[in-house]
Amino acid sequence: MSGLLASGLTDFVGDALDLQVQVDAIGLGAVFALMAVGIGLVFGVLRLVNFAYGQLVMAGAFALAFASDRDWPVGVGVALCFAVVLALSLAMERAVFRPLRTQSGAVMLIATFAVAFLLQSIALLWFGPLGKTATSLVALNRPVSVGDVEIRKITIVAIITAAVCLALLVLLLNRTSIGLHMRAASMDFSTARLLGVRANMVSGVAVLISGALAAVVAVMLTVQYPTVTPTFALQETIVVLAGVVVGGMTRLLSATLGGFLIGYVSGLLGGALPTAQSQYLPSFLFGLVILVLLVRPDGLFTRHRGLVERV
Amino acid sequence: MRVSRAAQQVLAPAALVVAAALFGATVSRSTEIYVINALVSVSIVVALYSFVGNSGVVSFGHISFFAVGAWAAGVFSVPEQEKPAFMPYLFDFLSSTTVGNVPSLVIAAAVGGAFALLVGLPLMRLSGLAAGIATFAVLGITNNILRYYEKIGPGLNTFSSVPETTDLVQATVGALLVIVAAFAYQRSRFGRQLRATREDPAAARAVGVSIYRQRLGAFALSGFLAGFAGGLYVHFLPINADAVYLDLTFITLAMLVIGGATSLWGAVVGALAVSGLDSALANAENGIEVLGGTIEVPAGTRIVVVSALMALVLILRPSGLTGGREFSFERLVHRMRPAAREAVR
Repeated sequence: MSGLLASGLTDFVGDALDLQVQVDAIGLGAVFALMAVGIGLVFGVLRLVNFAYGQLVMAGAFALAFASDRDWPVGVGVALCFAVVLALSLAMERAVFRPLRTQSGAVMLIATFAVAFLLQSIALLWFGPLGKTATSLVALNRPVSVGDVEIRKITIVAIITAAVCLALLVLLLNRTSIGLHMRAASMDFSTARLLGVRANMVSGVAVLISGALAAVVAVMLTVQYPTVTPTFALQETIVVLAGVVVGGMTRLLSATLGGFLIGYVSGLLGGALPTAQSQYLPSFLFGLVILVLLVRPDGLFTRHRGLVERV
Repeated sequence: MRVSRAAQQVLAPAALVVAAALFGATVSRSTEIYVINALVSVSIVVALYSFVGNSGVVSFGHISFFAVGAWAAGVFSVPEQEKPAFMPYLFDFLSSTTVGNVPSLVIAAAVGGAFALLVGLPLMRLSGLAAGIATFAVLGITNNILRYYEKIGPGLNTFSSVPETTDLVQATVGALLVIVAAFAYQRSRFGRQLRATREDPAAARAVGVSIYRQRLGAFALSGFLAGFAGGLYVHFLPINADAVYLDLTFITLAMLVIGGATSLWGAVVGALAVSGLDSALANAENGIEVLGGTIEVPAGTRIVVVSALMALVLILRPSGLTGGREFSFERLVHRMRPAAREAVR
């Protein structure tokens, strides 16, 4: 029995170290990291966990499918995707986030839960349960061979895009005054306001950037999963949310690392689990999430453990 | 006759449930189904309330206890000769045992409670976001396992041939039992201690309340009640793993929040109000006749309206329709008569 377990484990480690699995896992991690930044950025400024983030991605994906249905050029489709997602993000900020800014975290989370279901059911009404297909970018799904490894073009695109987006974001946060305002707001919103940071401005910009990242993710996910249904990106959002909390929500960097890590780990599990067990992948993943949360409730990558309780 | 405030807290929700049941007894069979569904919803939402309302910690995981309750009651009450048809891989003791209606509900509650206790032992140490995500993870794992592990249930198949014993009477009695249990708990010293931790964790700790233990107790109790509600549900509708996942989690949380999460009255009002609206819209999706013409609302309108309503309630009235307060006859009278309010001033 123990021999069987040991050989199973060796197989697992062997498969997990396989270069092909590694490359795919890193590609998945890159996409998840982008979603984590989108969720973490809004959380930093508004202290709001946006459960409806996946539905923004879904809306963008439907925009792409809409464009590819009409044989519009790829550029127009991507532009439409950005326009739809950004407009929706702003509407969400205006109608839901802003009025709830003073409420507790739980109320805000449940409110975004409601928004998520609202958007999903609107999509269901509009496009039906089977959804639509976005085919204009499918060419990116073809592999190129590097040595023995088949790398799909989208994996390379995803890794480069994620790196560029993150670099741009770091520049924005550290080198511009709106970035400074956002960092100030995420440390202490009310003090930042006292010092002249315009609350609606920073929350609007945070939501816009987060929306732009959702549009990027929509483009990359539709390449890999061209069938767009109302539940598109729902599973991914849940996993990324878990990853963000596992990494640590209080800092953008730790949230991003958490997102990358959970994408990477789920890529590894997907590549290395034996077929008979692969249907239990979510259980393994969520089990790991619970374990990490029990050991480090404030996140894996946070420096301080636990806040001092003030009475 | 003056009814004490404590008695009002349990009599008002119970009266509302009985009123709904009486309404259900007078209408057509197709409408009666909606009423039974609403009463089962009361059971789920009150079960959810007994933890979320008293502790102030949001749980996304309660539908897992509901689901294992439903699975347990369903597996044990399908007649033996029917089991191989859609559950061919069951463990031997499951495929060879069949129990009656009431025992199956007891088993459902016990399994739900035991599972909640087991999950709560580690998880109740967490709070805030970590707790929310961890309960979500429990929901994900439970659903994943129920969906694919065919030794304990139908897997991806639908629970067919479970005796449909949950009629109007059983649904009403079930809802009343759950309400009484939740009421007894919130009036007990444990319930009060837990409410104290909700209002001010630091102060509660300072007077010697163990947050962990109180939360764990409430979690197990509400898992027990949720398992029971799951048992009622599987005896009412042929369900599958999809029916006990995100949508149900959303709709039950919506009911609780719309009603007002911090009171028993709010939980019952929310469950009945949202179910009523939902049923009306479901009817409209099938087409309603108005002035000779038929108005048909497209399928899927229900969730659009319910989720929009939930977002609206949260924005305009974050503490819910009832303000999260228990029913009080005196306050009602007071509000009815502005003159009386003036006189008090």
